[in-house]
Amino acid sequence: MSSRRSRSRQSGGVSRITEDQIGDLVSKLQQLIPELRSRSSDKVSASKVLQETCNYIKNLHREVDDLSDRLSELLASTDTNSAQAAIIRSLLM
Amino acid sequence: MASSSISNPEAGTNRSRESKCKKRRRIGIGNGIEEVKIAKTRWNTEAEQQIYSLKLMEALRRTRRNPSSLAAKVSPAGRNAVRQTADRVLAVAARGRTRWSRSILKSRLNMKLDSYRPKKHKKLKVTGDIRSKKPVASNRLPAVQRKVRFLGRLVPGCRDLSLPKLLEEATDYIAALEMQIRAMTAVAGVLNS
Repeated sequence: MSSRRSRSRQSGGVSRITEDQIGDLVSKLQQLIPELRSRSSDKVSASKVLQETCNYIKNLHREVDDLSDRLSELLASTDTNSAQAAIIRSLLM
Repeated sequence: MASSSISNPEAGTNRSRESKCKKRRRIGIGNGIEEVKIAKTRWNTEAEQQIYSLKLMEALRRTRRNPSSLAAKVSPAGRNAVRQTADRVLAVAARGRTRWSRSILKSRLNMKLDSYRPKKHKKLKVTGDIRSKKPVASNRLPAVQRKVRFLGRLVPGCRDLSLPKLLEEATDYIAALEMQIRAMTAVAGVLNS
């Protein structure tokens, strides 16, 4: 009984979000973005990390769109069965 | 300790359920950093990329073989079809653990259901976590808040998410997108030659 109460108190404490946790997550995010990886985390503000993250995701979306355009063109010319066979062959070797 | 757990199986299950709830809550916030580490290693493996390439080819083959009217409604143009298929396979590869993947799959399901049920245009909203409505600490500057909102709109299904959850989802989403790009580039390279 007492252990259950103490556990609920513990979970109440964890649900409060601390600035340190957010700062940690922001720094982890910064390491993922290639532009900000070289700079030290002290100089980069959270605002800049967020801005670069948004730009990076937009770039990634654009790249995926371009690639899917290219793939659709490539697949239109050849039949998908032989294309799939070529992919599997390349992966096996 | 062992005897008490054996003699009281109900209390044991209650405790395990509570510990699971505690873990789920913790995973949302305290272990967000753990999830980030897991995300980086999960999407970066060669095996994951190869599996994705294979599943993508299989899905593309299936959509091209059955150009039914339903497929035409779900995927209007040929280019969009590839993009939607790629996103769907990526979402499935996430194995339902992230919000963006579930949102992608739900939106496709909505489009399919809408073509079957023309009476009402019901949208399944991805309801944010109720706990996320609590005020978050670091959103004092309006500029930062604007960027957070924008980021929430970029990641699918994460519009009204708390900041730490949103950062987690964004991290995993970025890693997944990078893997998708690597895989599709490799596939395009193979098909080119």
